[in-house]
Amino acid sequence: MTPLLHLSGLTKAYPGVVANDNVGFEIAPGEVHALLGENGAGKSTLVKMIYGLVRPDSGEMRLHGQAFAPHEPRAARAAGVAMVFQHFSLFEALSVAENIALGMDDAPETDALSDEIRTVSKKYGLTLDPDRMVGDLSAGERQRVEIVRCLLQNPKLLVMDEPTSVLTPQEVDVLFETLRRLRDEGTSILYISHKLEEIRTICDNATILRLGKVVGTCVPAEETPRTMAEMMVGTELKSPTKRPYQPGPVLLDVKNLQLPSKDPFGTSLRDVTFSLHAGEVLGVAGVAGNGQDELLLALSGEELTQNAAITLKGAAIGNKGPNHRRLQGLLAAPEERLGHAAAPDMSLTENALLTGHARQRLTNKGFVKWQATQNFARAIIEKFDVRTPGASHAAKSLSGGNLQKFVIGREIMQRPDVLVVNQPTWGVDASAAAFIREALLELAEQGAGVLVISQDLDELMEISDTFAVLSEGRLSRVRSASGVTIEEIGLLMGGTEVDHAAA
Amino acid sequence: MDLSSISPVTLIVSLMAASTPILLAALGELIVEKSGVLNLGVEGMMIIGAVCGFIAAVTTGSPWLGFLFGAICGAAVSMIFAVLTQYLMANQVATGLGLTMFGLGLASLLGHSYTGINPPLFSQIHIPVLSDLPVVGRIVFGHDPMIYFSLALTFAIWYFLTRTRGGLVLRAVGESHDAAHALGYKVIRIRMLAIAFGGACAGLGGAYLSLVRVPQWAEGMTAGAGWIALAIVVFASWKPGRAIIGAYLFGGVTVLQLNLQAAGLAISPAYLSMTPYLATIIVLVIMASDKKRQSLNAPASLGKTFFAST
Repeated sequence: MTPLLHLSGLTKAYPGVVANDNVGFEIAPGEVHALLGENGAGKSTLVKMIYGLVRPDSGEMRLHGQAFAPHEPRAARAAGVAMVFQHFSLFEALSVAENIALGMDDAPETDALSDEIRTVSKKYGLTLDPDRMVGDLSAGERQRVEIVRCLLQNPKLLVMDEPTSVLTPQEVDVLFETLRRLRDEGTSILYISHKLEEIRTICDNATILRLGKVVGTCVPAEETPRTMAEMMVGTELKSPTKRPYQPGPVLLDVKNLQLPSKDPFGTSLRDVTFSLHAGEVLGVAGVAGNGQDELLLALSGEELTQNAAITLKGAAIGNKGPNHRRLQGLLAAPEERLGHAAAPDMSLTENALLTGHARQRLTNKGFVKWQATQNFARAIIEKFDVRTPGASHAAKSLSGGNLQKFVIGREIMQRPDVLVVNQPTWGVDASAAAFIREALLELAEQGAGVLVISQDLDELMEISDTFAVLSEGRLSRVRSASGVTIEEIGLLMGGTEVDHAAA
Repeated sequence: MDLSSISPVTLIVSLMAASTPILLAALGELIVEKSGVLNLGVEGMMIIGAVCGFIAAVTTGSPWLGFLFGAICGAAVSMIFAVLTQYLMANQVATGLGLTMFGLGLASLLGHSYTGINPPLFSQIHIPVLSDLPVVGRIVFGHDPMIYFSLALTFAIWYFLTRTRGGLVLRAVGESHDAAHALGYKVIRIRMLAIAFGGACAGLGGAYLSLVRVPQWAEGMTAGAGWIALAIVVFASWKPGRAIIGAYLFGGVTVLQLNLQAAGLAISPAYLSMTPYLATIIVLVIMASDKKRQSLNAPASLGKTFFAST
């Protein structure tokens, strides 16, 4: 039987890097094929070539045995290739129906389209209201918008780029149910993810990319996540060893914290209460957009609250700014690396100065001590294995994983009493992620309190001592992380049976 | 002071004429901003339209050709901005300011020998019976064709933005250029067209100023009308219907203060001349106090440079 999609010898080079080097594989009709690889392995480039966003330098693609060289997404869609993007493809201020119309080449009238949306979403069990604004939808609902947009065009091949990174476990189950139904109807799926457990569940075959080359293929069901991860990385992985946790004195105490969100699509914090002890790693789970950003802003001091709501080592700091909090020992690393945690166009030295000047005494009467600052930046680079030609390079020139190591390292090197991090390993490759987790655990071991906000449940299960869920701006009761199952957390994340923090 | 010298009907009629240049320019800029581009060169494009329209009308003797040429020249200078910001990734604010200064300078040069000349007459329409009705006749049926055109354009833009696929694509590009690009829309091409349309509208507004409103060519005659048009786009929260309200409000205050000056109000004319601008600032401050609503209507990619990473 002819394969649905046949790729051979695909090569695409960018200045300084070969993103894809002689890549080839096949996808059969009705097959769910996984594309595995670390960040920078070339998965995105490959997918963009299939979808017509990027043209290969050389190589051949065949669809249904016929030459296939889409020069733009429209051509790819016309040939039956649809794509669900990781992000960047929805318009928050437009309605669901408008968003879907934008992704179709011959969109019907609004009313007819709304009816079609309802029909398709019912058929595949994806509830969706065509008239709602996308900005008001949860991450799971947004993804449904993308999927329904694809399904309306009866695709032969559905490309999914990291589809589950923003979903609760229950939403993942619903998604997989939909994918299985599609597969049974004969649609092929190219599934990109680095969540190996999911790939084992849903995919028939896998192709593994490393540094732009195909380094292996496997049948995921016959592998363990560990063996697949090692194929991706090319070396053996070490997993952090968990240490016994004994709570020390309370370092950070948060009581009835309220924070109205300034973003029209943001979530306000309501009655958030918890305490963080010395030596504790507190994991805060939750689906994106449930108040994570706001929680970080309130704790870092970027947004001020009632003074008594936050106490650090017994002193109220709720209405004190970031530098005051830094001097008192509370440091934070936000989620967005470029533009929030680091200034993209400034050098690493300058970035080190930005959060480090108060605590590391890098200024003298308003004048910068460049030598000391440079030494500080170099120390971070060395200790945290940041791969960069030097401290004078701009932050945006670093890869995601390396910049994240720098950003987290910058805070840890300042020996905080309390460290708050949001999504410390988002979009970071496996080895850098393991490194960062190890560093956070080490910090806690030395007696600091660490608050980790993350959507990656596996990560939280791996490093947290205690555990809470943020849902619609409310924080659940903090419980011990041992003995909690992924299913329980998933239910909490979906907002069901959230037991508000007991007074 | 004699307030009875101010006739409400005359006031309304001259208010509409005073507002039309600003309304035209604001409608153009609204489309530009909806596509995610902030062009601060409205003032420059307007005055280029004013001088070029004037020259064409005087040379050919036809005000219609004057309007056409004014619009074409407005669009032509907007292309300087478009190429700099869209292809060469120049900063939009700086480039827009530059365009304004360039336009003012170029217009003085071009218009040098045209000061003091009267342009061909562009008369008001006259419909027998209807235009002779008392009050209503003059307010509804007694304007020049460009005023009706500006109102029709407002409706057309509203219809385009809310009811057509082209309008949806335009809004999408202004909302998130990355997402629009990922879906295969030609972000830069759409923005180039929007900028050209904005330039043509500003040029048309300028030509109206020099051919109908004043009607003469004088250096710097736009006197900040382009900036007011920019403010009106924000005031209108990017909605064409509200742009009419904004433009007429500004035009109304302008005409009223002129009438008050003529009536001999015992306040220095300098203060009266300030009032339209003051009113604009005050209204903008009031509008801006509702941050949430403002940011919902504003195109999310406004003023951001688009760079296709693939």
